[in-house]
Amino acid sequence: MKILKKNVPREKVKYKDAKAAFFFLLPSMTGICLFFVFPFFDTVRRSFFDVVGQNFAGFAQYQSVISNDSFQLASVNTAKFIGICIPILLLLSLILALLMRQIHPKGRRIKTLYLLPMSIPVASMVLLWQLLFHDKGIINTMLVQSGAESVSFMNSGAAFWVLVGTYVWKNVGYDMVLWLAGLDGISESMYEAANVDGAGAWQCFRYITIPSLIPTLGMVAIISLLNSFKVFREAYLVAGSYPHDSIYLLQHLFNNWFVNMDISRLCAAAVLLCLVLLVIIMLIQKFLQAED
Amino acid sequence: MSKPQKTKKILITLLLLIGLFPTIWAVWSIFSGSLMAKDELNHTIGPVISGREGMASWPLLPSYPTLQPLTELLLDTPQFFVMFWNSFKLVVPSVLGQLLFGTPAAWALSRFRFRGRKALLAFYISLMLLPFQVTMVPNYLTINSLHLMDTIWAVILPFAFSAFPVFIMTKGFDSVHRSIIEAADVDGAGYVRTFISIGLPLGVPGILSALVMGFLDTWNAIEQPMLFLKTPSLWPLSLYLPRIAEEKLGVAMVSSLIMLLPAALIFLFGQKYLVLGIQSAGVKE
Repeated sequence: MKILKKNVPREKVKYKDAKAAFFFLLPSMTGICLFFVFPFFDTVRRSFFDVVGQNFAGFAQYQSVISNDSFQLASVNTAKFIGICIPILLLLSLILALLMRQIHPKGRRIKTLYLLPMSIPVASMVLLWQLLFHDKGIINTMLVQSGAESVSFMNSGAAFWVLVGTYVWKNVGYDMVLWLAGLDGISESMYEAANVDGAGAWQCFRYITIPSLIPTLGMVAIISLLNSFKVFREAYLVAGSYPHDSIYLLQHLFNNWFVNMDISRLCAAAVLLCLVLLVIIMLIQKFLQAED
Repeated sequence: MSKPQKTKKILITLLLLIGLFPTIWAVWSIFSGSLMAKDELNHTIGPVISGREGMASWPLLPSYPTLQPLTELLLDTPQFFVMFWNSFKLVVPSVLGQLLFGTPAAWALSRFRFRGRKALLAFYISLMLLPFQVTMVPNYLTINSLHLMDTIWAVILPFAFSAFPVFIMTKGFDSVHRSIIEAADVDGAGYVRTFISIGLPLGVPGILSALVMGFLDTWNAIEQPMLFLKTPSLWPLSLYLPRIAEEKLGVAMVSSLIMLLPAALIFLFGQKYLVLGIQSAGVKE
């Protein structure tokens, strides 16, 4: 407590502040409890009950979820998607951020243009996406003209890579801005000192830039992980509820179970997903703290 | 600056511009496609959308630009206005709710020092990190028991109580210099007055960041309206648009442009705050 009013005992100010904070937080917390916290407890409770929600069923719902073929397919696909996308995205956005710092400050204005993809509505992109990747689309036209075989992008394993590309395209600007914030946080004097000691550009990068970026890396990785769940929008609008097997993601599964009102299984699946994400986030943070 | 250095800078700038090519192509195509006549669209994109014979092609410019699809959309497609209006009916209350509930909460988290503040902030951060797939069941349970399913409130209310805007605005208030607030305290202004007359004006950058990001998020929302709105007449444009493509190509093309415009305008005028908002997540406390 830094602010002290004249003649008011410290404890009293603290108490009054806490009371004010309570009232300021009340509207937001009421809504959050109502829509997120309380029903989340209910979700956990339901995941241990049978379909009707009356009888305790132990882990039966969890077993039914884990042994479900679609769930297994979706989990593997989602894990593969995240495992491939995030390293590509992190590296590419870091390279862009480093390049962006090399150019004239006036030129750096183009960095906001890299954010444009995230503001283009998916619905606006759908026609163009089909135009590009359809069996008879532009890319196939070009492939055929240059003598190559045409690729069935949306109905083969290639769909997966189309989705990877879309995700990277949409998120690279967002991550670049995060990296730039991290890079700006490194003090110039460290580089100056290193230059005096005769360090080259690569040494500066290896021993100053990389270690200083580790806290940023954690945040960028976590945000990229969570944004990766949004690729469902593209996948759904282009390929519908049941796309090619290679891009059947957990998001499709959740959606389809919801549409079929399979709520009890959905509860178990939501709890599982929440736990897995929590563990991953904690691992990322722990790993990066150890590096610090 | 030495000459090789200058050339290097120019080369890097060029490289960064080339990286923007897909984005520029996409925006350009949405624009030029909206000016294409029906016949031309049938010829170019028809093979893809309506299953016509032949392969798709895409000229850089329409061969003869026309406003015909636009007029068709405005005059002959009354559903379009309903959907466009629907989108606003979802987005505006959501974003206003985020500000109404979020600003006081963010002010409390930033301004007051009370026991459990750090834990509460951590709670908001973990909540904002959960994807929709985790929160959809809890959202649904409450929506269902309040009998709000299939009303616009089913989409609005969970958005209005998002944790993300609270987080961004907290960071925004954090960057306001303490001495200014202390001065107000010495003046003896009450808590509410300090918040309204000092906090809100100084927190404007953070509030605008939350506004821009909240708008883009809700305007582009697909999952929430799809699951919580069963009646197609309540649907926003984002859900409706892919459906018209098969029948009316020209109209679909213009609709994608109109869908893009509000987002593009917000982006254009709010890009500074968009960057600020994204950065606020990256900066450690």
